[in-house]
Parts: sequence; structure tokens; C-alpha cells
Amino acid sequence: MHGLDLSPGAVSPDTERADRVIDTTGLYCPVPIVRTGEAIRGMRTGERLEILSDDRVILIDLPAWCRAHGHLYEGAREEDGVWRLRVVKAERTAR
Amino acid sequence: MTPDPGRRIRAIGLISGGLDSTLAARVLLEQGIDVVGLHFSTGFCMNDHRRALARPDEDPRRMRNEGLRAGADLGIPIEVLDAGEAYLRMVLKPKHGYGRFANPCIDCRIFMIHGAADYMREHGGDFVFTGEVLGQRPMSQHMQALRMIERECGIEGFLLRPLSAQHLPESEPEKRGWVDRERLLGISGRSRKEQMALSERWGLSDFPQPSGGCCFLADENFARRFHDKRTHDAPESIRKEEMILLKVGRHFRIAPGVKIIVARDASENEFLARYEGARWRFEVLDCGSPITLVEGEPDDETRRLIASITARYSDRRAEPLVEVTARRGPLEERLTVPPVADAALEAWRL
Repeated sequence: MHGLDLSPGAVSPDTERADRVIDTTGLYCPVPIVRTGEAIRGMRTGERLEILSDDRVILIDLPAWCRAHGHLYEGAREEDGVWRLRVVKAERTAR
Repeated sequence: MTPDPGRRIRAIGLISGGLDSTLAARVLLEQGIDVVGLHFSTGFCMNDHRRALARPDEDPRRMRNEGLRAGADLGIPIEVLDAGEAYLRMVLKPKHGYGRFANPCIDCRIFMIHGAADYMREHGGDFVFTGEVLGQRPMSQHMQALRMIERECGIEGFLLRPLSAQHLPESEPEKRGWVDRERLLGISGRSRKEQMALSERWGLSDFPQPSGGCCFLADENFARRFHDKRTHDAPESIRKEEMILLKVGRHFRIAPGVKIIVARDASENEFLARYEGARWRFEVLDCGSPITLVEGEPDDETRRLIASITARYSDRRAEPLVEVTARRGPLEERLTVPPVADAALEAWRL
């Protein structure tokens, strides 16, 4: 898989319940990132968002988006061609 | 637009992820200013389109979003905004016209800076900045254009171009002491030497090359199809999906009201199949064949011509007669035709 490092975590996202799940399958990045931003704006600090996507580019774009915003990217795993990625909302989203 | 005492100044910038916008953000970060980047998804980015056609074994890092990558490298939040329908309407009827191809550069800048100004009003911010460089681009970055863009965006004085600021009139952020003019830059012209030197100094090496090279609207082939579309259809009736289809396949206008799109490979076949909808679809069954989608209402004779073009691009192109299947919803028709001669094709090609 291109030597992609899916850590930190490579967590099993099912071990913790997601507070919200959004399905972006069929959409290409950056649209899933736009939807992620919209979803996380309505969530509270510490809440966990799960994103479903079938665009592999999200494995690159979502960690970058999280790094830029300070959210915690927990990792991703694949099930039948659909990636399930998890993000925990950080307290501060801007410098 | 006066910040509370003790609060850090906050700048809202347009970040494409290219070198200029990255440097502009870095210049402000060096002055201790909070920076938020906005990255517009316009629907005309070649990189976004590459994702839609990517093979499963293609490395996704080659298709990353450069705005997000720049934000992560700079440590600034990036908001990815969908420019949506409003952008499409602007592209089809730009107030300031097109550049060499289908690029409405001035209106595009105005659209995005307007968006940044709206974002600033809604989410807080003290001024807007861009990575524009005086004299770098003939249509949108000469002195008169830079001033006009600022005026039309309704934020006169509150739009800073950190890379060329020393060539431009003093902005409000400079006058108010939020930004030190001496530490802004005086870059102008098309040479990128100074930018390259700065990128080296700040260790910024991971950026796309060259700037402006990833927009379909500035691509000659796309522009030819785009202008054909807007001259044959009323611009207000053109939908986003029709713009997406301009990016794929071989295009032929075979009658004033009929245009066809012929896929070039398996990934384009798959892509076109997603957009079949209520269109006619032609293909040669049981052999390597392109899918041909039809825009418009072809009559009997035109359908035979479409079949003949489809046959020409199939694996049976050397045979004297080829059976082509045409489908539209429940309708199905079989047409046996000779593959069209290459010389004839050129008259219709877009």
C-alpha cells in the first residue's frame, strides 16, 4: 500500500464509539474534507468523528488537515474498499 | 476592524499551496500574526480530476491537496471551501472577460477575495492577504488590476499582498502598525528567483511546480471545448456535470445541437458510465470499445454517424462493417456501419 504510515494509532476505530459518522463515499477529495470541516464545527471538544470514504487520497489529506487544525487523527482502516477514518476534535482549532 | 488590545492580529489568506501563497503566509507568521488559510475547491482543478480517474495502484500522495499540505507544513489551519454553483455561474459569464483561454483570472480573484472577506466578517479577522506578485501575470496582477480587484471586493485598504507590498500603496494593516512594512517584501515580475531563495532560506521545498499550471480553465484543449459549449448552449442552462464531462475523452461536435464524447481508455469508460443518465450511450459489444455519450437529440442519420465514430475507436476498426449498440434508458438500437475515415473526423473534433 505505497508504504503509507497510517499511525499514530492504526487504532482499531471500533474500540471507541464515534459521536458522529459522516458518509462521503462516492465523493473525491477535497469534498470529503469540506464535509469533515462542516461536521466537526458542530461538535464539542473531545468528541469523535468517523468519516467513511472510498477515495484513498483522504489518507493523505485528512492527516494534513488534522495537523493544520490541531485535531487528533486516530487512524484509518479499510473494509470492502471503504476507509473508516477517525478524528477527535481538539479544543483549539486555530493558532 | 480595530482589534481588542492584547489580542493577536488575525489574517485570512488565500492558500493554493503554491510557493507564492505559502511564502506570503510565512512572511506574516514571521511577524507573529495569526494566519488562517482558505483553499477554494473550484471544480476546475486538474489535480482533483486526476483523483477521479486514478488507477487503484496509483500512489495517493501524488494527488494530495496542496492547500492542506501547505497548511500542515506552516502549522496554520486551512479551511477548504466549496466554491460551488456561484463559481460556475461566474466562470460562464465573467464580468471582466477571459484571458488567453477560458481563464477569467480577474473575476476568479474577486470571487475568492470576496469569499475571504465574507469569512473574515463571519469568523473574525483583521485583514485579508494573498500571494499575488505585482507584474507576475499579465491579466490579473498588474498594478491597475490589483487596485481594481481590491476596490470591487469592498475591502479597500484591508487587502495585503505581502510579497509585493513595498511596491504598493501602504495598506491599513501597515498604517495601523499591525504589520511592519519594512519586513514585507518588494518582489515584482515573472522571475521567481527571489521566491526560490526565500523558500530555501525557510526550508520550504515541498511545493508544486509551476504555479498556475493546474487549472483546466487555463488549458488550451479544455478552453476549446468550454467555449464551444457556452456558444452552443445558453450559459445559464449549463450544469456542473456538463463542465465535468468537458475534462474527459475525445469531443466531437457533429451537428449544431449534438456533441459526442468518446472515451479514450478503460478508466474514462468507467468515468463516462457514471454520467450516462438520460443520454444516449453507444458502444461495440464483445470487444475493446469506447463508451460514447451523446449530448443533444441525434436524428437517425446522426445516430449512424455516432455509431460509425464509435466503431472507429473500437478494436474492430479494421473491419468493413461493425455492429454498434445504442442505448438510452429502455431504448436499444443496433446499427451496422463502416468505421468513419480519420480524415472526416477532424472536421468535427473539438
